[in-house]
Amino acid sequence: MHLSLGPLIFTLLLTQRLFRFSKINNHPQWERLFRYARYFAIFLFVTEILIAASNSTRWVWHIILISLILFAFQQKEMRSLRMFLMAFIPYVLVAFFSDLIQLILSSFYSRWENYFETAVMLSVIWLVAILFSHYRQSKAAEKERIKRQHEDEINRAIAIRKVELEGLVDERTAEITKQKEELEKALEELKATQGQLIQSEKMASLGELTAGIAHEIQNPLNFVNNFSEINKELLEEMSEEIEKGNLDEVKLIAKDVIENEQKINHHGKRADSIVKGMLQHSRSTSGIKEPTDINALADEYLRLAYHGMRAKDKTFNVTMKTDFDESIGKINVIPQDIGRVILNLITNAFYAVQVETQNYASPQQAPRKQPDYNPTVIVSTKNTGTHVKISVDDNGNGIPQAAIDKIFQPFFTTKPSGQGTGLGLSMSYEIVTKAHGGELKVDNKPGEGVRFTIILPI
Amino acid sequence: MNILVVDDERDIQMLFEQRFRKEIRAKVLKFEFAFSGEDALNRIEKYTHEAVLILSDINMPGMSGLELLGKIKQKAHKPPPVVMMITAYGDEENFKQAMELGADDFLTKPVDFAILKEKIKTLEV
Repeated sequence: MHLSLGPLIFTLLLTQRLFRFSKINNHPQWERLFRYARYFAIFLFVTEILIAASNSTRWVWHIILISLILFAFQQKEMRSLRMFLMAFIPYVLVAFFSDLIQLILSSFYSRWENYFETAVMLSVIWLVAILFSHYRQSKAAEKERIKRQHEDEINRAIAIRKVELEGLVDERTAEITKQKEELEKALEELKATQGQLIQSEKMASLGELTAGIAHEIQNPLNFVNNFSEINKELLEEMSEEIEKGNLDEVKLIAKDVIENEQKINHHGKRADSIVKGMLQHSRSTSGIKEPTDINALADEYLRLAYHGMRAKDKTFNVTMKTDFDESIGKINVIPQDIGRVILNLITNAFYAVQVETQNYASPQQAPRKQPDYNPTVIVSTKNTGTHVKISVDDNGNGIPQAAIDKIFQPFFTTKPSGQGTGLGLSMSYEIVTKAHGGELKVDNKPGEGVRFTIILPI
Repeated sequence: MNILVVDDERDIQMLFEQRFRKEIRAKVLKFEFAFSGEDALNRIEKYTHEAVLILSDINMPGMSGLELLGKIKQKAHKPPPVVMMITAYGDEENFKQAMELGADDFLTKPVDFAILKEKIKTLEV
């Protein structure tokens, strides 16, 4: 008996492949069809064994295989399987025609049987070779598909993460924008506050000066008023003496009148310069440099600061010394700004010696200085040829070493709360270095005193 | 009458000499001038037996007018000097402090010499 093992194997291969294709591409009807075809092939093979009817069943095998191939070829969706189907065609045709010739022309078949068998063998080899090739291609394709699927998954994950990140970025951007707006608002407020503080510092230093200014104006006014009244009296006397014809007396009175007039003029100018100085101090800086007598400026602010301190504290006393280099003449500075710096350094020096004096006087605190402590502030100027140096020395207790690096920082003060804005030295530093291209140096001797030096290029 | 004027403004001498020129010529008043508290204190030592009027500024470098006043009042002078404070600071605190230290009168700058003359006349009587 000749068992149809070949047709069974090829039918199973074919149905298995078509079944898998149907399953992947979601065709339940085809899936069912190919499953039944497989069961039928197994049933047919078993039947063949049981009833030994291979001669009649071989045509059923041909019908099954041809039907499956024709069906698959007709389906457009199965175009990708055509290479796989093509592998079976030589075998199906050779086997079919071989059996047909054997049935119709049995003598011809007998004569050429070896060729027919060779043809069947070759078609099987062809089938195996193509299937092997197809299997490799399928494996590569499957690998590629898995790779693509993996890539797709990664891409999908990336896309999801991207969306999440974009959401996060939007959220953060909104937060940052809000923070930026808040910071800008805070900066604007800070600028406004800074402006107010600078104005407060000016007004505070003006307050320091007010009493000094009052004193300095009352004194010249005393002379102006009284000398002018004296002159009025003298002129009346002169008129009387002229009528009497007493010319010698007239000449003496005229001499006094002229001298008094000179005094009126001198003290009038003195009051005028004080008022101008005060106005310059309170006014916003012009920012314009003009030839300025540095010695006169330093002297004026020394007197004003002194009277200011005395007005606040009647017991305040200090030995003031000046050592002005007369060769300086006038140099180009912004007078109200440099005046402000000098005033600030002098009032700081006064404050330092005042604290030292109070420490000495206070029975609760041990004196740091000798009992004969003489509070002294020295204002000096020097012409180095290329620069002008303005120094303010005091013999207070110096600046604590821990504070020395911070003294030019805004809002830093060693004075008790409410007694200093902490802007004096930082503003002074800005004025000297930025507006005048100079230097503001501090020479601190803890326990002995401080020297601040303004160095301005000529 | 001896009058000691104490002020760090040196032109005060010329002003007083002019203002009281008639009294000086008539030798009714005799003026001396000190330009610091320390200088004034030295001069006061001389007036041990004479009546003296001291006209002192308050705000002076070194010894202030108030310190000078305190020192004058501490010393036993016969007859005691009359001290009149003259200052550019017309504030109440200065006035109160001067009075507490024993000042006899208080004038503010610019000085009204008509008033000052009246006050001196009262003292002469």
